[in-house]
Amino acid sequence: MGEQITGAQSLVYALETAGVTDVFGIPGGAILPLYDPLMDSSSIRHILVRHEQGAGHAAEGYAYVSGKVGVCMATSGPGATNLVTPLADANMDSVPMVAITGQVPSPSIGTDAFQEADIRGITMPITKHSFLVTNPDDIPRAIAEAFHLASTGRPGPVLVDVSKDALQGSTTFEWPTSLDLPGYHPVTRPHAKQIREAARMIIDAKAPVLYVGGGVMRAQASKALMRLAELTGIPVVTTLMARGAFPDSHPLHLGMPGMHGSVAAVGALQKSDLLITLGARFDDRVTGKLSTFAPDAAVIHADIDPAEIGKNRDADVPIVGDLAEIIPDLVTAIEAEYAAGRRGDYEAWWSVVGRWRETYPLGYDIPDDGSLSPQYVIERLGQISGPESIYAAGVGQHQMWAAQFVKYERPDSWINSGGLGTMGFAVPAAMGAKVGAPDRTVWAVDGDGCFQMTNQELVTCSINEIPIKVALINNSSLGMVRQWQTLFYNSRYSNTDLHSHRIPDFVKLADAYGCHGLRCESPEEVDATIEKAMGMNDAPVVIDFVVHRDAMVWPMVAAGTSNDDIMVARSMAPQWGSDD
Amino acid sequence: MSRHTLSVLVQDQPGVLARVAGLFSRRGFNIESLAVGPTEIPDVSRMTIVVNVEGLALEQVTKQLNKLSHVLKIVELDETSSVQREIMLVKVKADAETRSHILETVQLFRAKVVDVASDAVTIEATGKHEKLEALLRVLEPYGIKELVKSGLVAVGRGPRSITDRSVRSLDRTG
Repeated sequence: MGEQITGAQSLVYALETAGVTDVFGIPGGAILPLYDPLMDSSSIRHILVRHEQGAGHAAEGYAYVSGKVGVCMATSGPGATNLVTPLADANMDSVPMVAITGQVPSPSIGTDAFQEADIRGITMPITKHSFLVTNPDDIPRAIAEAFHLASTGRPGPVLVDVSKDALQGSTTFEWPTSLDLPGYHPVTRPHAKQIREAARMIIDAKAPVLYVGGGVMRAQASKALMRLAELTGIPVVTTLMARGAFPDSHPLHLGMPGMHGSVAAVGALQKSDLLITLGARFDDRVTGKLSTFAPDAAVIHADIDPAEIGKNRDADVPIVGDLAEIIPDLVTAIEAEYAAGRRGDYEAWWSVVGRWRETYPLGYDIPDDGSLSPQYVIERLGQISGPESIYAAGVGQHQMWAAQFVKYERPDSWINSGGLGTMGFAVPAAMGAKVGAPDRTVWAVDGDGCFQMTNQELVTCSINEIPIKVALINNSSLGMVRQWQTLFYNSRYSNTDLHSHRIPDFVKLADAYGCHGLRCESPEEVDATIEKAMGMNDAPVVIDFVVHRDAMVWPMVAAGTSNDDIMVARSMAPQWGSDD
Repeated sequence: MSRHTLSVLVQDQPGVLARVAGLFSRRGFNIESLAVGPTEIPDVSRMTIVVNVEGLALEQVTKQLNKLSHVLKIVELDETSSVQREIMLVKVKADAETRSHILETVQLFRAKVVDVASDAVTIEATGKHEKLEALLRVLEPYGIKELVKSGLVAVGRGPRSITDRSVRSLDRTG
């Protein structure tokens, strides 16, 4: 038997044993016992954030770029409830994360004690799993199981709620040698028969598309995807969650599908006869009106989560497993078809999708009055900072432009809140990403609405020497909502004017936070300002790009309509043509 | 829409009922009846859940249930190849004039009287949903003072058990 220690010390040992090196959190009453031994840990760096939501998004950003499980920590009650948004966010986007929360002493649970909230109950629908630990002896097992659940199968957030008496109680530390999860056994090996059937369909298809989702990122299967694409010559589309899973510069890439996808990507899915779906989930933002989505396509659907298959769209060939195994198996099966003299012919299909890509490239209008175009800023940012940088976005117009106009060449370079659409994600996620990948340049591409939700974490960045860079696309409004008001509410701008060109002064705000603050208001200053920021690595930088507010995100498939009705620009539908 | 009976084996852990019930409600499925109790294996409980869904939705709810790590196994039991029972306790007004008629009805339905008062009787009946509904229809004119029903429980016919070897291996006592 080991020496007698507190539950709190046991928890610190457990985190160390799980390989944790960075934790984002804030202490408080119920979790105080844990923070005492945490202070003595030589391998865990705790970063004191300014709001628990920041801790959660930082843990997400950290997980995105490091491939490790992100860890955040908060006290009971309001500390824990402030983690609800990041937990829901991580759940939607399958981000591996463990949240540790303090809970009131177990005899007080259920009495409406001070700072009591049933966080396990609250988070049941938005976590992969959640634990409530009230016995100090159970701590190592709960931590071991939490990290296993968070990081295996379809990754996701796991909450471990630990009562104060469990942290204070006496125990010994024993790391479990085996896990006790009899109801959890994710399937990783795909069925050989399904793989062969998929290969046969790929050979027979005339108009196939590789519909690539965030699952390819989580499976770290980008290299395998490249082999599959180059072997077959099939066009590739990468969803919002998969930007960078396949290089934007690659000739097989048609871009991003969805509500603000490229005409070529949206059209290719829509007119396809075979969707080779890899770790994507037929989200409404991709399919448009589901009943009209890709009406002539057969579907191969590969995912680690069997519940995704058939959820929104029937699959003709379901493949459950790890994409890191499925894609190489598909390559082998297709090579066997080739060896037997069977080969797909997609030449006619390429002449169609190639024409769409040529005719309808992504573009934007430059305003006549010399004011700054947000798309131009983002495009130049991507070109100057380059594909090795990390770009974290908030939610809204700037997010879509960052997905469209930054060119992604590698995985783990694009971080955003896709499923939940959490405004305020960018700054804390960028902070976490910089901690997870300190040698890479990390940009938060943010809007003035988003930025004002979570910018307090710039303090955390300044004090902890986490020099992120913020490109604030300041159009003085809730831009995406304003765009919908322009298009669907007769330009009646109800509560979308933020007046951020006057208040706050973002340059002064940056200064107050110990960051460098720069302002850029004309196209001529863009390059020089970005380059200046690139050279500032002693502290975080905030660039206030004052942009014109009437820019809109195009193309667009209006919510609830069919992808067939995509608009290239306002009142401008593409010509699909029919010469094939 | 059609009725389906799911037998769900779960680890007997705190919160497991909330997880299962919460999943049904947030995915938009209505639980028609739910019964939970222990099994022959310690720490394994069995939930019998009756839902009204279409085929595709049933597949989705089953898959979502399977994702709960406390859920060990799910089996759909169809009416023809399983024995399905509910229990009902019903308190009916009964005076000297009507009591004998009520007792006759109780006999016909192979139910039994479990409590008698001067102006009421309490009847216990077991059976399939339809049988209990039929009994209630006959009793209704006398005046139903109180009614309580259990959720449906069900077991497959024949020698096989759904607590097969994979679940039995959890039994650390045996």
